[in-house]
Formats: sequence, structure tokens, C-alpha cells
Amino acid sequence: MSDKPDPRRNRPALALHVPEPPFRPGDTPDFSSIKVPAAGEAPRPDISVEAEVTFPLCTHLVRVLDDGGKAVGPWDPKLDADTLRKMLKDMKTVRVFDDRMYRAQRQGKTSFYMKCTGEEAIAVAAANAMDPEDMHFPTYRQQGLLVARGYPLKTMMCQIYSNKADPVKGRQLPIMYSDKKHGFFSISGNLGTQYPQAVGWAMASAIKGDSRICMGWIGDGATAEGDFHSAMTFASVYQAPVILAVVNNQWAISSFSGIAGAEQATFASRAIGYGIAGLRVDGNDALAVYAAVKWASDRARTNKGPTMIEFFTYRAEGHSTSDDPTGYRAKGEAEEWPLGDPIERLKAHLIAIGEWDADRDTELDKEIDATVRAAQKEAEAMGILPQQGFDNIPSMFEDVFASTPWHLAEQRDQALDEAREYLGHDPK
Amino acid sequence: MTTRNMIEAINDAHRVMMERDDDIVVFGEDVGYFGGVFRATAGLQKQFGKTRCFDAPISEGGIVGTAVGMAAYGLKPLIEIQFADYIYPGYDQIVSEVARIRYRTAGEWTMPMVIRSPYGGGIFGGQTHSQSPEALFTHCTGLKVVIPSNPYDAKGLLISAIEDPDPVIFFEPKRIYNGPFDGHHDKPVKPWSKNELSEVPDGHYTVPLGKAKVVREGEALTILTYGTMVHVSLAAVEENGIDAEVIDLRTLAPLDIETIEESVKKTGRCLVVQEATRTSGFGAELATLVQERCFYHLEAPVERVAGWDTPYPHAYEWVYFPGPIRMKNALKKVLAA
Repeated sequence: MSDKPDPRRNRPALALHVPEPPFRPGDTPDFSSIKVPAAGEAPRPDISVEAEVTFPLCTHLVRVLDDGGKAVGPWDPKLDADTLRKMLKDMKTVRVFDDRMYRAQRQGKTSFYMKCTGEEAIAVAAANAMDPEDMHFPTYRQQGLLVARGYPLKTMMCQIYSNKADPVKGRQLPIMYSDKKHGFFSISGNLGTQYPQAVGWAMASAIKGDSRICMGWIGDGATAEGDFHSAMTFASVYQAPVILAVVNNQWAISSFSGIAGAEQATFASRAIGYGIAGLRVDGNDALAVYAAVKWASDRARTNKGPTMIEFFTYRAEGHSTSDDPTGYRAKGEAEEWPLGDPIERLKAHLIAIGEWDADRDTELDKEIDATVRAAQKEAEAMGILPQQGFDNIPSMFEDVFASTPWHLAEQRDQALDEAREYLGHDPK
Repeated sequence: MTTRNMIEAINDAHRVMMERDDDIVVFGEDVGYFGGVFRATAGLQKQFGKTRCFDAPISEGGIVGTAVGMAAYGLKPLIEIQFADYIYPGYDQIVSEVARIRYRTAGEWTMPMVIRSPYGGGIFGGQTHSQSPEALFTHCTGLKVVIPSNPYDAKGLLISAIEDPDPVIFFEPKRIYNGPFDGHHDKPVKPWSKNELSEVPDGHYTVPLGKAKVVREGEALTILTYGTMVHVSLAAVEENGIDAEVIDLRTLAPLDIETIEESVKKTGRCLVVQEATRTSGFGAELATLVQERCFYHLEAPVERVAGWDTPYPHAYEWVYFPGPIRMKNALKKVLAA
């Protein structure tokens, strides 16, 4: 050691800040520190406003449904009762579907599943607020889009079971749906990639002078991906007719949203730095979700530019069937979550306006249960995952390219030989 | 027929195809108003307008990612990555998305796009303007990889790539944009106008993907190569008086295995020549395929000429680049055994 005095010795030691969630297993969750503005409080600017005008809305929370189930304030989309009932039915269907498929995974009928419990209002209301021809680039937690757009439950299940009727031929992990007709782009396991893709689709629609718009989806955790930044940049530069949704459900597997940057700024507020209009919305309020998406779609459709919407919600269950949230977060958080349950809140609203009652609700639950069970029975008749894997082996080598090159043809023949040896007879 | 260098041929392929197909959109860094740092897209924005040819933010992930969305819509993006050395921020989109969308959607969505990028060394480009990353793409299933070596092929292959229903990575050896380079850095380079392959037809024609070209017939050994190294190989063969068969692969994926097998079975010897670093390079795949498929015809081990396994150095350009001496010694070794 040198005898010279260290010139830095009087400076304070630097400290690394590593964000921690407020509650860990064993703690009693208490969300009273979360500011929840009253329903109806947020102003609703004209769709043609400059992006920066929306900044106050990026730290606020657009809410329509009050605690008494009334729709209040300037964001009330004033939906007719049929649309409200349709949304309630869609949301309930998603939840029942999730429960059935979760159970199917536990029964060994498939390898994997992901629920969206507590987040049903977001995809369902967004789908209802946009035109059927508009395009979505979803993540794996927007199954509500397919349900709301009338995609067959049976086909969703066939994908989950990777069976003979699976539209993606057993090539994709369960829930990685794809359907062009329903405007639902193929889900990728790689997070964030679909965000710039959505912008590109919207740019294409603008290049062609089309009138369709597009919605890109991402979770709070994946906003940290570089693709989030490139999507926001391209959306802003080209004023693409796109709605960019951030579903902030507070958790990215075991990491709370602070690890993605939520401690210092809301996700919505990021929009302003890109010159994009931003909204922060109560994601458990189906009417607020509908109104915000409608506002953003009107803006996009009239060439007023993109909008980024943060949907503030809570991931009520585990990340996936491979996840156990009791290992990293406090029990009972979902029940304590200040924004409540989206299905219960929409139901209370329908009842408050005299368009729903307990009997009809019970009847609807029965009907949905029967529908989902019937779909499941039909899907399982087409096979479940453990029965698959040796049917139509050549199809495994198809669609890598438009036509099969020599090396894939050779490998296909080798795979068939191996299967023959394993099975003791010719594979189907 | 017009005399064109590689850049002019590539520029013409853009023009021919953009006139034929309104769904083709061209974008990338500096490709719009300015016409590209190598001039490959010169004049396109003026002719086709800003919505068909435009400048992009400096974001390779964004360029490829938005191109995926455009292809999903039904357009045919023809995009440029300014240097192959800068393709990596777009690599996730290329490998995880572009290459797999046909497969993962069972053909419901396809990605008819072309990603063009200048590549290769020999221009004092240092570490980040000289790389040859083709093996990172040939290793990725679902992609086609094309590397032309002359103006005629450049235009015909690019038109084929644009018309191909699958995504194509189109690497352009920038060392030979203006003239073929034989590896003799200390001698003046002849422009393309002195070479018959600069006679490029006007209008539409194609050079098929997946088809190699025997650029010199011979009996003594087979040289498998592509890009700039085609010219280095041809020069080395002439200078050393060797009757080699030189094959310009043109498409690395899917590979023209028939032409390779036929040649090696005839000559019984094989030298694989690439500019890229040696270990796990595309040459390793070529050598293995030859070994697997022509083993009983081989009279000598398959040799590789390649760049060293170092980053591409600036001052040591001509120690690094696989030039005439490395070629001569490798030829001697293959023929001696």
C-alpha cells in the first residue's frame, strides 16, 4: 500500500439501488399507498390533441366505474346494454376457459398453460372497441381477443392439446395461437418482438392508404426490451396508426414492476418522451378500457398518430402452470388489489343500471360452463398431447420453407426410419 | 444490355422489381433521399415516392421488426442493413421471427422479404466494417442466404430473392462492388467494365437461388467458394498453373449439393475457401458434407482457407485476408497428399 493519502477518501461510498417489491411471502399486503383517483375524475381531451397535452393523463388513472357500479365522467363510453352484456359474457368465458385449461394441464392432457385471471377486461374490451378488421399483435396473455372476436373455443383448445385439429400442427407451445382471419398475429415466445411488428403493420396500412389500424401488446416486464424502444421510435417517426398497449400487471414472473422501471415513472409517461400520446387506464374497469381504446383508435384512424396506453392491473395468479407465486410474493395480494375484480365490477354496473340480475348471472354462468365443457369434449376427441407426436411425421418438416429442400427431405426420411424402429411398425 | 458494376446492377434490380410490384417497399438507414451510403438505392425515392423508399431510424431491430409487420400485412419489404457488422441488433427479429413465422403459423403467414447487407473485408474496414457473418444465418433454419460475386449474378439473384416466397439474407461483398478483387492488394484493381460479367441485361431476368455455378472447369481439385473469394481463387489457380474446378456457390442455403458432389467425385480433392473466421464457419459445413458424401472418392483431406480466428484487424488487413500466399500453400497441400 502506498503512503499517499487516497484523494477519494472523503467522498461518500456509492450505493446501488435494487428495487424490492413492497411485500414478500409472509407479509400482509396493504396497497393503501397506491393512489386510486376517483372514477370520472380524469379529463378527456379531444382525439386530435398534441401528444404532450396527455402528460397529466399518464400519471393519472382513467376510470369510469365508481364503487357503486355507476359509469361516471367524460370517459363513459355510453355503451348499450347488449354490448355490456357481451363483454361480461366474453370475460366470464375467458375465466372459465382459463380454469378448464389450467386443470387440463394439471391432469396431464397438455404440457403448459397461462391464465389471464384478473386481466380479462383489457383484451375483451379492447377487442370490442376496435373493428373486426383491425389487427392485433398480442402477447400470450390476450386470449380475450380471440374469445371476444368469436374464435372457436374448440380450436383454441386443439392448439393447447397440439392435437390433429391444431391449426399450427403441433409445432407451437400451448397458447401460442395464430389466426389471420380473426386479426390475431402469431404469438412468439420471444418477448417484445411483436411490438415493432405492430408498428410495421400499421405503417403498411398507411403506405397502402388502407383504413385499418393495428394494436400492439406488451407486458410491464417486456417494456425493458430494446424492441419496446424501437417500436415507440418508429411509431412516432412515421406517425403510424397504431395503439401500443402496456399491460402493467405488476409482475414479470417473479420480478415486480419496479425491476422494469416502474418505481421512478409510470409506463404511460414514457410515451411523452417519444412524442406519443399516453393514457394510464384502470385495467380492471372494462368501460375505461373500452373508452381509452376507442379514443386511441379514433385518433389513429384519422391520421392523428399513435397512442400508448398503460393498463394498470394485477396478475391475480401464477405466471404460468410452471410457476408458483408463493415463492416470491405475499399471499392475498389479488384480494387486496385496490382495483378489484374486472368481472365483478362490470356485473355490478349492469345490475346498477337495471340490465342484469342474480338469476340471469347464474344462468349465464351455467351456459358458459356448458359451452366450455362441450368445446373441451370435442377438442379432446381430436386427441390430447400425450397421444400425439407420431402422427404425420412428414408435416414436421413442412413449412420451414415454401418447398422442402434436399437436406430436409433427407432428414424427414431419417426421422421416419427412426420412428419405424421405435414403434415397431410404420408410423402414420 | 448495359455495362454495370455490382452497385448499379443491384440498384437496377430494385428499380425493375419496384416497377413490377407495388407491394415492394425499400427502407433502411440513409437509403431514401441520399440513396444509400453505397448508392445501392440511388434515385428510387425520386422515382417511386417516399412511401415506397424511405429513410429509417438507426435501429436494426426496428428495421427488421417493422418489416415483419409489413410482410404480415402483405407487403414485400426489401430492406438494407448498412453493414453486415451491424445486423446483430436485428438478429433476434431475424432468427426468432422472420425465419420461423411460416413454420410456426403452419403457412398461414409468410415472410417474403429480402434483407440486403454489404459484407466482407479487404477495404481497411477494421473490426466493424469487414465481417462475414454468413454462418450465423446458414445455421438458422428457415432462412435463405445468397452471396453474389459479379454484377450479372447480383441483379439476377436479387430479383430471384425478391420473388422468392421465403426470407432471403442477401450479402453483398463490398470489396467487389466496383471491380473484381483477386487478392493482390498491391496491384491496381480492374473495374467491372473490363469483365464480361458486367454485361447486365436491362429489365427482368433471374439467376435461380440454390444453384451453384462452375466458374472454371478443371480436373485437379474442386474449390468451393463464394463472394470475393471466387476471384481470389480463380487468380490463385491461374498463377499456380493448377487445373482446378472452381465453384461459385452463389446460394449458401439451400446449398446446391448436386453440383458439389459431382465435382468432388470427379476431382477427388477439395479446398473450401471463405473470408470468414475459420472455426464453425460455413466452410466447416462444406467440408463435412464433402466428407460425408464423397469420402470414397477423396484422395486427400479437405482443406480450408479462411480468415484467422481473430476479430478483423485494421492495420493487419493483408495478414488477415486470405490472399494469394494462403491460397498457394493450401492448393499445394491438397495436391501433395
